[in-house]
Amino acid sequence: MTGAAFYDVDGTLIRSNIVASFAWYARNQPTLGGSIKKSVKTLASLPMFAIADKVSRKLFNELFYTYYAGESEDRLVVLAEELFEDVIKPSIYPRTPALLDQARRAGLKNVLVTGGLDFTVRPLARHLGVDAFIANTLEFENGYATGQLGKPFVAGATKATIMRDYAAANGIDLARSYAYTDSYSDYPMLTVVGHPTAVNPDLRLRTVARSYDWPILDLR
Amino acid sequence: MRAVRPRTKGSLDEHVITIDTDSAPRILFYGEDFLSEDLPVGTRVIYPRRPIAALPNPRAAIRYALNHPEEMDPLHALLKPGMKVTIALDDVSLPLPPMRRPDVRQTILEIVLEMLGDHGVDDVHIIIATSLHRRMHDWEVKRMVGDEIYDAYWPDKLYNHDACDPDGMVTVGKTKHGEVVETNRRAIESDLVIYVNINLVPMDGGHKSVGVGLCGYESLKAHHTPKAIVNSDSFMHPDKSELAHSVTRIGRVIDEHMKVFHIETVLNNKMFDGPLSFLMKNEDDFTEADRLKFEAIKWTLKRTPRALRREVFMRVPAPYEIIAVHAGKTEPVHEKILAKCYEQYCVPVEGQADILISGIPYISPYNVNSKALNPLLVQVMALGYFFHMYRHKPLVKKGGVMIVTHPCSDAFDPVHHPSYIEFFNRLLPETRDAYTLEKKYQDEFAYNPSYVEMYRRGNAYHGAHPFYMWYWGQRGREWLDSVIVVGSDNATVPKILGWERADTLAEAIAMGRAKMGRSAQITMLHHPPILMTDVT
Repeated sequence: MTGAAFYDVDGTLIRSNIVASFAWYARNQPTLGGSIKKSVKTLASLPMFAIADKVSRKLFNELFYTYYAGESEDRLVVLAEELFEDVIKPSIYPRTPALLDQARRAGLKNVLVTGGLDFTVRPLARHLGVDAFIANTLEFENGYATGQLGKPFVAGATKATIMRDYAAANGIDLARSYAYTDSYSDYPMLTVVGHPTAVNPDLRLRTVARSYDWPILDLR
Repeated sequence: MRAVRPRTKGSLDEHVITIDTDSAPRILFYGEDFLSEDLPVGTRVIYPRRPIAALPNPRAAIRYALNHPEEMDPLHALLKPGMKVTIALDDVSLPLPPMRRPDVRQTILEIVLEMLGDHGVDDVHIIIATSLHRRMHDWEVKRMVGDEIYDAYWPDKLYNHDACDPDGMVTVGKTKHGEVVETNRRAIESDLVIYVNINLVPMDGGHKSVGVGLCGYESLKAHHTPKAIVNSDSFMHPDKSELAHSVTRIGRVIDEHMKVFHIETVLNNKMFDGPLSFLMKNEDDFTEADRLKFEAIKWTLKRTPRALRREVFMRVPAPYEIIAVHAGKTEPVHEKILAKCYEQYCVPVEGQADILISGIPYISPYNVNSKALNPLLVQVMALGYFFHMYRHKPLVKKGGVMIVTHPCSDAFDPVHHPSYIEFFNRLLPETRDAYTLEKKYQDEFAYNPSYVEMYRRGNAYHGAHPFYMWYWGQRGREWLDSVIVVGSDNATVPKILGWERADTLAEAIAMGRAKMGRSAQITMLHHPPILMTDVT
């Protein structure tokens, strides 16, 4: 059996995050008025997002993705390429490609495991040349987002379950696998692999990494 | 403890003395502390040679060497405007401890860079030949090369070698034994490589400078193996070292593709002076002032936290002095340098010991400025270095016992030695067999992307390095009956290393005598400073 390297994305491999992605969509509405309205609403909601994220990632997801309600699926997917060029690609950390290259040389599959939306992650995955990505999906009805995420959410403890399922389905030995994340909220994904690594870690994760003598990287 | 007496009666040879009934206790290093121990009557204590006098004018000696090299044209005659030159330097692992400023590399660089500048050579890179050692911190580099050179060259033209840079390494070929020869791209593409070396121990220098210092993992696999170490009798004696033979083969292939002007130096063993100079003396020759100084140090160390003790020790540079410098073609230069090394370090000793006692200090080549001498490195110092500091025959008999003194704390530096932590805690409890570890796990660690990133961009030793540290002790492990550690502050570390424990030196000696007989010959190596034994 082979191993895999599982990567969180926001804050780990790239500087950008899902709020920045949504803010870009908000600024690029079909009409100027729509852009201004949505941008102001997003800006005003930032404190609420921050508080929700502190409570739980699940609550944050449930709250945040409602802001996508009413967005056209076609528009979201088509604009994703532009989003990648404008926002995501410039925010890739300088050492990210080297880390993925080294994992490839070590014979590992590279897999992104992210709370971002699949259509925003797809161009990044292609650019980085990863083998697979696992991301959140939006529910669409009649071609428009309902504001609900498809289940299960890719966040927190669910990432660990998703990784186990992926490993079982793809002949991956988790004991030989690696996981990389910057956030303590992703601690579960680090616990299911043989080689956990903290990347640009927040204070809580850095403390845990030091306690367990996990490697700590800085890709910035 | 016996009362201190004046100078002992015994051998007239000041380097090899025999403990008598009125001998003073001997001082042993015990990590960041010292032990003072009465040794059994009849114990042989081997002291290092006195430091050879320094060259009266090191800068003149360096210039002379550059102008009168061995089997090559003088350096100035090799230079022409516009040529591409790479200077490679030994890294922070030498000398040990770090020497007082100016470091000998700074002195040599100042002269060489001036010469290069005067000859219109502007395309100059200075590479720290780290091999798979950790990258030096910027402040360490500054200390080594001096402020002026650092400011002028760092970081674009003065940098650490990167053995894992796929674009920065070139495979040159193979030796006739099939050993892969890979080296630094900048070096191989240069018109001239100038290597600035410090020989602290006879394992250093020669073809090891470029052949290992600028190599990659695939090249190192050829000779950093348990088999090569076991077949090195010892690896401080290049003529009988399989490690050295392999490195020489690799070096000769490199010489076919790279013009190397080798500058090698020897430092004396003047490790302590001033208030600590008494540590270089035979304890029977201590004055009252020496005894008071030692007691004061012991008193202070007892009341100082280990981390602070470590910081203090690391901040005491050694007053080493240059005693020889030669330049030119690698092999003839190294032959002369080795002769001087042996003159400084080798002490003739008659007969092997049944029980060998050695204190382990706070420092090794691989933990300079690190938070700890971790358990793997304690093992390296005991079985890798001190066991191997001989020519002709090991100081201890086959099947003998080695007693070492060190706390063996379960402490690692996670920035410098992250892969050691996993090696020690995951692999060694599974097996101590070096051959199994090499086959089963070495590549996994070497290619671990996290460890590669920490090596390339952090300050970590390469993922494969803990394996080499374990192999370094392989000959000692196969030679000795057992290793007994005195004063370990825990039971786990000695158990994982496969060592026995004793609370006191007396207890350890009793354990050794139980194995080797009551009349076992006991010898103590009184180091540092460094010494080697020529055993007949």
